[in-house]
Amino acid sequence: MDVLLEVRHFKKKFGTKQVHRDISFQLQKGECLGLIGGSGSGKSVLLRSLIGLEKPDEGELFFQGQNISNFNEEAFIPVRKKIAYVFQGGALFDSMSVFENLAYPLRNHTQLTEPEIEKKILDLLQEFGLAGNEALLPSSLSGGMQKRVGLARSIILGPEVILYDEPTAGLDPFNTRKIEDMIQGLKKKGTTSVLVTHDMPVAFQVCDRIAFLKEGYIAEVIDKKDLRQEKGLLHQFSQGEIP
Amino acid sequence: MYSSQLQTFVYFLGGVGSLCQEFFSHLSLKKIDRDLLFEQIYQIGARSLPLVIVTAVSTGMVMSLQFGIGLEKFGGKPYVAKIVTLSILRELGPVFASLMVAARVGAGIASEIGSMVVTQQIDAIRALGTSPIQKIVLPRILACVITVPILAVFANCVGIFGAMIVGITELNLDPYFFMNKVLENDLRDFSAGFFKTFFFAFIIAIVSCYLGLQVKEGTRGVGLATTKAVVASSIGIFIGDYFLTKLFWVIEQWMYY
Ligand SMILES: Nc1ncnc2c1ncn2[C@@H]1O[C@H](COP(=O)(O)OP(=O)(O)O)[C@@H](O)[C@H]1O
Ligand SMILES: [Mg+2]
Repeated sequence: MDVLLEVRHFKKKFGTKQVHRDISFQLQKGECLGLIGGSGSGKSVLLRSLIGLEKPDEGELFFQGQNISNFNEEAFIPVRKKIAYVFQGGALFDSMSVFENLAYPLRNHTQLTEPEIEKKILDLLQEFGLAGNEALLPSSLSGGMQKRVGLARSIILGPEVILYDEPTAGLDPFNTRKIEDMIQGLKKKGTTSVLVTHDMPVAFQVCDRIAFLKEGYIAEVIDKKDLRQEKGLLHQFSQGEIP
Repeated sequence: MYSSQLQTFVYFLGGVGSLCQEFFSHLSLKKIDRDLLFEQIYQIGARSLPLVIVTAVSTGMVMSLQFGIGLEKFGGKPYVAKIVTLSILRELGPVFASLMVAARVGAGIASEIGSMVVTQQIDAIRALGTSPIQKIVLPRILACVITVPILAVFANCVGIFGAMIVGITELNLDPYFFMNKVLENDLRDFSAGFFKTFFFAFIIAIVSCYLGLQVKEGTRGVGLATTKAVVASSIGIFIGDYFLTKLFWVIEQWMYY
């Protein structure tokens, strides 16, 4: 299988706090890797580093065989078109309508004409059950809808990898279900993904492998087929026995 | 005891310096997003106009009144026209207009950018493969540099107008005499004040953008950045004013004599 994304001996510290001590993993093309860990264990920082929003202190990041660890902002632009980041809160531009938010990546990175952009956006909104909201400002949407629009904006360019940062955190069952369907749908289309979540049912449903992050290391990696009978750290974590 | 403050200050200067560098490296015509620029020109320029006008008119009126009362004792009332208009053109118009923009726009820029940092919108701009310098910083700095000088011209005009109204009505000066004195000021007097505003505008915008981008977390951070932006850009204007006045004075000497 093709390795699409690889992290080698990733280390990162903030102040005196060593958040990541030594993280290494590979992401195969087409797979979905779950990333689980207590809050503050460094999941977001790890994801952010993959698209250059943070710089690792030590270690290397490879994307499509290319070492991207020392890329500058300019060099990261093509990488960011291929690796989408879905922000926890949606991170929508609050001065722009839903439509303008979705048009932003298209206007900046494609040569599509206005009618083509409009068609693409309306189709996508339809697909994600958001039709009719294009003229609204993000502030008038519910938290769940904001997250769904945020997801739509992240994937509108058709990325190869999607990094989800707690996409279902704080959502009602309906929106959780919607997001889960969106993730499943994207996976069926062949996108590779990393899913950071606390939501065990969603992780068990969607992920092919689940990595458990603890004290700066990947303490455990479990395959989907072994999930049911697993009784290690991940099981204890999901039962609320360890932080 | 003061070493940590000094360190913060040096760090601040370094940060503003490197933002300047990024600004100039992004400054090319094809990278300017015209819609964003016009939007900022409207927000920064057009919407500051009422504030600048009120400040300038009242400054002109008060100056006229004060000098009128003060000079009357020495029979110097006729000098009011010259003194007041000269001070407005060379100092008060440009400096007060810039200070008003620092208060209104500096605070606005810092709080807007700060909130965008807190809500991860700045990260989103980067994550979507675009540059916050180009999308956020560039339009604001350019809009400031374009509009503040124009606002200063407005301030000059209405300030002198205010002075004239008081001069004519309260001090009983002859309108034609006053007008003649106003027109005695030449291009030198005007440009000595006018050209300073480009620098003031740049200081306001770059300092406010920097402080906004530096917000770490939470609403408290946004509030602090807002206050700091107003204080720092005002101080920047005052300090800059002295050196720029000196500089333009040297240039004047060199050009005209
Ligand atoms: N910009 C930052 N400055 C200082 N500390 C940070 C910063 N970003 C993250 N941290 C720290 O790193 C740790 C991991 O953060 P994060 O990756 O957000 O955790 P989580 O696993 O909950 O997503 C936290 O303890 C946080 O305090
Ligand atoms: Mg997180």
